Amino acid sequence: MTTRLTVNGRTIDAKAEPDTSLLWVIRDEIGLTGTKFGCGAGLCGACTVHVDGVPVRSCQTLLSSVSGKQVSTVESLPVANTSALQRAWIAHDVPQCGYCQSGQLMSAAALLKANPNPSDAEIDGAMSGNICRCGTYGRIRAAIKTAAAELRKA
Amino acid sequence: MSHTKNPSSGARKIGLSRRGFLQTSAVASGGLAIGVNLAGLSADAVAAGTLHTPNAWVHIADDNTITLISARSEMGQGVYTSMPMLIAEELNVDLSTVKVAIAPPNAKLYGNALLGGPQLTGGSTSVRDGWDKLRTAGAQVREMLITAAANQWKVDPATLKAENGVVTGPQGKRATYGQLAAAASQLPVPEKVTLKDPSAFRIVGQRTRRLDTPAKTNGTAEFGIDVKLPGMVYASLEQSPVIGGTVKGFDAGKARAMPGVIDVVQIPDGVAVVADTYWHAKKAREVLNVQWDEGAGAALTVPAMLDGIRKGSAADELIPLKTVGNPDAVIAASSKVVKAEYVMPLLSHSPLEPMNFTAHYHDGKVDLIGPTQWQDNAQSTIAKLLGVKLEDVSVQTTFLGGGFGRRIDIDFIIQAAQISKAVNRPVKLLWTREDDMTHDFYRPQSVHRMAASLGADGKPTAMTFRMTSQSITGRIFGLPAKVQDPLMTEAAIAGYEIPATRHEIVKHDAGLRVGYWRSVSHALNAFANESFIDELAAAAGQDPVAYRLSLLGGQPRFANVLRTAAAKAGWGTPAPAGRYRGVALMEGYDTYMAQVAEISMKDGVPVVHKVTVVADLGRMVNPDTVEAQIQSSIIFGLSAAMYGEITLDKGRVQQTNFHQYRLVRMNEAPAIDITLVPSTEKPGGIGEPATALIGPAVANAVFAATGKRTRQMPFTAANIASA
Repeated sequence: MTTRLTVNGRTIDAKAEPDTSLLWVIRDEIGLTGTKFGCGAGLCGACTVHVDGVPVRSCQTLLSSVSGKQVSTVESLPVANTSALQRAWIAHDVPQCGYCQSGQLMSAAALLKANPNPSDAEIDGAMSGNICRCGTYGRIRAAIKTAAAELRKA
Repeated sequence: MSHTKNPSSGARKIGLSRRGFLQTSAVASGGLAIGVNLAGLSADAVAAGTLHTPNAWVHIADDNTITLISARSEMGQGVYTSMPMLIAEELNVDLSTVKVAIAPPNAKLYGNALLGGPQLTGGSTSVRDGWDKLRTAGAQVREMLITAAANQWKVDPATLKAENGVVTGPQGKRATYGQLAAAASQLPVPEKVTLKDPSAFRIVGQRTRRLDTPAKTNGTAEFGIDVKLPGMVYASLEQSPVIGGTVKGFDAGKARAMPGVIDVVQIPDGVAVVADTYWHAKKAREVLNVQWDEGAGAALTVPAMLDGIRKGSAADELIPLKTVGNPDAVIAASSKVVKAEYVMPLLSHSPLEPMNFTAHYHDGKVDLIGPTQWQDNAQSTIAKLLGVKLEDVSVQTTFLGGGFGRRIDIDFIIQAAQISKAVNRPVKLLWTREDDMTHDFYRPQSVHRMAASLGADGKPTAMTFRMTSQSITGRIFGLPAKVQDPLMTEAAIAGYEIPATRHEIVKHDAGLRVGYWRSVSHALNAFANESFIDELAAAAGQDPVAYRLSLLGGQPRFANVLRTAAAKAGWGTPAPAGRYRGVALMEGYDTYMAQVAEISMKDGVPVVHKVTVVADLGRMVNPDTVEAQIQSSIIFGLSAAMYGEITLDKGRVQQTNFHQYRLVRMNEAPAIDITLVPSTEKPGGIGEPATALIGPAVANAVFAATGKRTRQMPFTAANIASA
């Protein structure tokens, strides 16, 4: 028995048991390792992906629940870092150890899609589920603002 | 820009066997037989046999691809960029064109002199250790390339220039470094080279984009958790719920019947389930039944440990650090005496990437790949434990998903190697977050007992300082119990002029294993010192900044950062309504720093709005990374000050995940205003010191706000209310 889903536009028939956490299907079966394991409990946000455009914690999402759905991971962003969000991340040199950044980027991407001009409070609201142990919060906030400004110009 | 996604995985990615790789490298290396595997160098260049190694730090391919070595692990602190910057400055290459590789284990070549020789990333030493060494390495290769060109063109080397990867000479003579590399590699490495005057620096000191950012912005950066070897299986390890416990027996019947399970094996630290996927290994581990001999640790509780430390403070052997005059007599004779005790809790490192390593035991050899802060210890320890030759243990270092001192320990590397040997396959061992939080090497508790007498002018006439805590260096480096541990005395002696002082350390083993935690004893000692000097200022009825300045006459770098931070923070002008300020000052890692925290109180706890930081760390390599490390350290230290506390019940760590071991999140992150003092002093370390100052700065602000002196971290409502 397989579960059919779409990951970054690709149709996947996942062989893992339906009660497998989506995170491990993405990482170990599909082989997309940009999405990270941080806590396994929905507390840190390192595993954030989009399901039908909505940011979710993939470690708390069962494979069965994404049957027929569209999943986007950090690998859905251009590998050449050409999106406004990634360019802003680079301009502010956001990452330190970098481990949480895939999750940060996916949370930020969802925020900007819904809200092209987020206030500080709205950024806090969208991003406070993502822990950065290196404390890059100030740069993340600045990069989101830079990306938002650029997207509004476009 | 071209950078490998994994800092040292080039060879593995094209599937070269280690044996084949070594042979190729030996052929490719010219003048210097460095005798180590060169994993991480341009795989294509190595395979083509076109790689040249003038010295251990620079590798040049015929096609002019230049690879610079970082002997330090990249764990967020920026060495993947700053180490190559130092080499590139003298080699005269454009940093954006180079590749970077993390060094293989070889302490002789890549050891950390500031730490006494191990190939260890820690102690905010990377730039300080590399400052002369790496510039010299770059200059040596530059000179070798020039000599090679001079020999070839039969001209005076003084007429040649090496710039941007090209040597040029009279009459339009021109050769790329790649064209000269083969000949240059045959030359002796010059012992004496002339280094640039810092005024001529073009790379060092410039704000420089990190070389690892692109890979960390598109999900391709390879961490330990991402390593994949052909035929690799996954392990999840059940360890004793009480640290130090041992397996009494286990029933793996149910676990073996679970989907995907390949084997269940016992190793010294526990019972590992090995399966075809991580998920299968973890699910099967959940139905494993292990009986433990919990050992002496089962009796541990935090209050009892603290009680033991307090008793030890009075009863255990004192190790004198420094005594000036006769402070006891001065204090005994004084009419104004201040005494205080400060207490620090156990802390977990909790880097976001849980402990993991990939090991492949095969043919009497071991390949190790993953995130570590201490390569040569991993190599030598595993060689010994698994009974193989040192040179048959390879270590490739991936990016580290945070280190903070946790990855100086190698318990998880040993476990991965033992499991691989037991199942005779490549194994990736991955801990859960719960494993990570409950099996850390924790920052030790500490108790500081301080006393001081004040003169008629309010200035201290004498002070005593006794710090009691557990030595980590004893466990890790075998430091004898009676010998002073330099990693307990950091920032113990503050910069203030006090006529009579005594500083002493008591080592007390509280029974739980402890480890180096970002800034190590700086955070313990600075909390005590900077809280206590604030208490003295209050007792003297003086302003905390003015009081400190009055004691810093002979200390211009201290005084300058303090004065500047006060001015930047608006010290002496009214704070916004409901806001209060606290200050703290320290020298650590040769860096002088002052912080002013601006807080308000809400529901009995501080809310930190803004932190003003002034740092004088001498010469800097990458000022943007310096700022990033200060920002990082403040958030890291603030998490500890506000929330950080590990507790034990029946020897079991009670905090299992981030709901119980809270970390600062974006909505709690203060604004951070940083000023870096221009300086020509020798470089100081910056990965850690700011961690140690945010706690006392906030505690002093809480005092300003409430009149309550919080002498115990974390600053919970209960700890503040009972202050």
